[in-house]
Amino acid sequence: MSSTAPLPVAAASSARMIQVLGGIAMLSGFLVVLTYQLTLPRIEENRQRAIERAVFQVLPGATTRRDFLVDDSGVHPASEGGGGTKVYAAYDADGQLKGIAAEAGARGYQDIVRILYGYDPACQCITGFAVLQSTETPGLGDKITKDARFLANFPLDARLAADGKELANAIVTVKHGSKSGPWQIDAISGATITSAAVGKGLNNSAQVLLPRLQPHIEQLKVQP
Amino acid sequence: MAGRKKDDTITADTFLEGVWRENPVFVMLLGMCPVLAVTNSVMNAIAMGVATTFVLIGSSTLVSLLRHVIPKQVRIATYIVIIATFVTIVDYIIQAISLDLYNALGAFIQLIVVNCIILGRAEAYASKNRPLKAVVSGLGMGAGFTLALLCLGSVRELLGSGTLLGFSVFGSQFEPWVVMILPPGGFFVLGGWLLLFNWLKERKEKTEVKEALHAR
Amino acid sequence: MHADSLTYIFLNAAIINNFVLALFLGICPFLGVSAKLKTAVSMGLAVMLVMLISSICAYAINSVLVSYDLEFLRLISYIAVIASAVQLVEMSMKKFSPALFRALGIFLPLITTNCAILGLALFQTTKEYDFVQSVSYSLGAGTGFILALVLMAGLREKLELAEVPSISQGAALSLMLAGILSLAFMGFAGLGA
Repeated sequence: MSSTAPLPVAAASSARMIQVLGGIAMLSGFLVVLTYQLTLPRIEENRQRAIERAVFQVLPGATTRRDFLVDDSGVHPASEGGGGTKVYAAYDADGQLKGIAAEAGARGYQDIVRILYGYDPACQCITGFAVLQSTETPGLGDKITKDARFLANFPLDARLAADGKELANAIVTVKHGSKSGPWQIDAISGATITSAAVGKGLNNSAQVLLPRLQPHIEQLKVQP
Repeated sequence: MAGRKKDDTITADTFLEGVWRENPVFVMLLGMCPVLAVTNSVMNAIAMGVATTFVLIGSSTLVSLLRHVIPKQVRIATYIVIIATFVTIVDYIIQAISLDLYNALGAFIQLIVVNCIILGRAEAYASKNRPLKAVVSGLGMGAGFTLALLCLGSVRELLGSGTLLGFSVFGSQFEPWVVMILPPGGFFVLGGWLLLFNWLKERKEKTEVKEALHAR
Repeated sequence: MHADSLTYIFLNAAIINNFVLALFLGICPFLGVSAKLKTAVSMGLAVMLVMLISSICAYAINSVLVSYDLEFLRLISYIAVIASAVQLVEMSMKKFSPALFRALGIFLPLITTNCAILGLALFQTTKEYDFVQSVSYSLGAGTGFILALVLMAGLREKLELAEVPSISQGAALSLMLAGILSLAFMGFAGLGA
C-alpha cells in the first residue's frame, strides 16, 4: 500500500473517518435487521418443525403438541413464560394424551450427546428417544439410533417409587448381555460409552422431571 | 496481484484466474479451516462453497463501490464490518432454508468472517477495481474455492460413507473407511490432492525441459 | 467428572476436542508458523492471551446483547471486539514490555483473522457457559493451540533433516503429519468418562 500513499485520501480527517465508519455501520445494521426480519418467520417455522419431527418420532401416533414448563410448583403452559424445564405434551388425532417428550443430555465419547425422550404416563415408561445433537464416532457411536438390539431396550421402565419423590429403579446402562430388569439398558458392545451416556442422560433427567410431572399429569390431559 | 494491471477490461482470465492459476485453496493455501472442517460430505461442501461465494461477491461489490469513500486509515475495520454483515445475512438465509444443513455446518458459517480469502480479496482487489470487475473476479475465486471443497468433499464422502450426495455408490458390501469423514481424513485427503498437483506440475516441467533439449 | 466441571471443560478444549486437530480452527497459523519451535511458542502464547481477553469480552457483550434482544448483532460485535482486543494487547505490550513485543511483534496483527479466537467466542456462547466456565474454556483452548503448534514444530524441525521425495515437500507433507497427529489425538476421546 505504500506506493499509493500520496493520494488525497491520506489527508482524511478524524471527522471524516467517523462519518464513513458511522455510515457503514448504519448501512450494515440496516441490512442485517432487514434480513433478520425477513427470515425470522421461516426460521421459527423450521425450528418448530424440527422439534415436532423429533417429538412425533419418540411418541408414535402423536399428531399435535403443546409446550409446558415444569418447575417445583407444578406445570404451566410455556406461553405464560417463566422458568422451569421445557416439556412437550403430544396428543393423537382424537386429542388423547400420547405422552410427554423432554430433553436430556450427558457426556459421551467425544462431547455432550443431547437426546429427546418420550415418556408415556399410562405405562410409566420411556417409549424411545431421538438424538438431537451428537458428535460421536460415525459407525460406532451413532449405532444408538440404528442398532435393533439397543432399540429393543425401549419401552424402558420408569415407575416412581412409593413416596413419589424419585424413580423406583434408577435407569442404568449395564454391560452388553447382562440386562436383568426392565429399567436397565443393555449397552452396545463397541459403543459402551455412548450407550452409557444415553442411560446417564435419561436417569438424570427422569429422576428430577418425572416426580414433578406425574402428580400434575391430569392437567396435561385436558385439551384447551 | 491487482496492482500491476491498471486496465479495466474484463477478460475470461479475470474469472479463470481464481478458478485455476490462483486457486485459493490448492495454490495459495488460504481459508483452510472450512476446507477441512465441513468437507465430510458433498452437500456440506457445496453449501459452504456457495455461502462463501455469496459473501465474497457481496463484500467485493460494496468495497469496490465505496473504494473512493473509505479513508485509508480505517479501511480494514470497514472491510471487516462489511464482511460480517454479509456473513450474518448468509447465516440467517441458511437457517431459513434448512435447519439440518445449518446444524451440519455448525459455527463454520459464522467463521466465514475470518476466512482470509475474503479479507484478502477486499484489500488486494476490490479496493482497486471497478465493481463489475471485482464481482467477476470474486465469482472466479468463489468458484475456485467451491471446486476445491468439492474435490475434498467427494473423495471423503465416497471413501468415508460409500455414498455420493447421499446415494450409495459401492453397494452394501462396501465397508466404509470411517477415518475419512473424521478429522484426520480431512488432513490426509487435502495432503493427497496437494501431492497429486505437485506431481503433475513436476512432470509437466520435466517434459518441457526435455522438449527444450530436443529443440536444440 | 461431570460434564460442566471446570476440569472437564479445560481438558475437553485442550485435548479431547483440540481446537486445531479436531475442530480445524486456526489452521493457517498452524501451517504457517510451525516451522521453528521458538516462533511456534511465541505465537501460541500470543494467541492464548488474546483468547483469554476476547473470551471475557465476548461473555460481557453477549450478556448485554441477550438482555436487549439484539442477538443478530452478535457476530459483528464479536469480530469488532476481537480486532480491538488484538490492538489493545499490541499497544499495551509495546508500552509495558518492549522485549515481549519484539518477540511477538509480527504475529499479533495476524491473530485477528485466526478462526480459533472467533470460534472460541462463538462456541462458548452456544454452549451457554457462565463466566468462570468461559475462562476455563479459553485457557483450555489456548493450551491446546500451543500444544498442537509445538508438537508440529518439533516434528517439522526434525523433518528438515530428512530426505523426502521432491513432490511431498512443503504443505503436502505438513498436512499428512497433521493428519497423523490428529489420529493420535482421537485416542483422547472418552477421557475421564
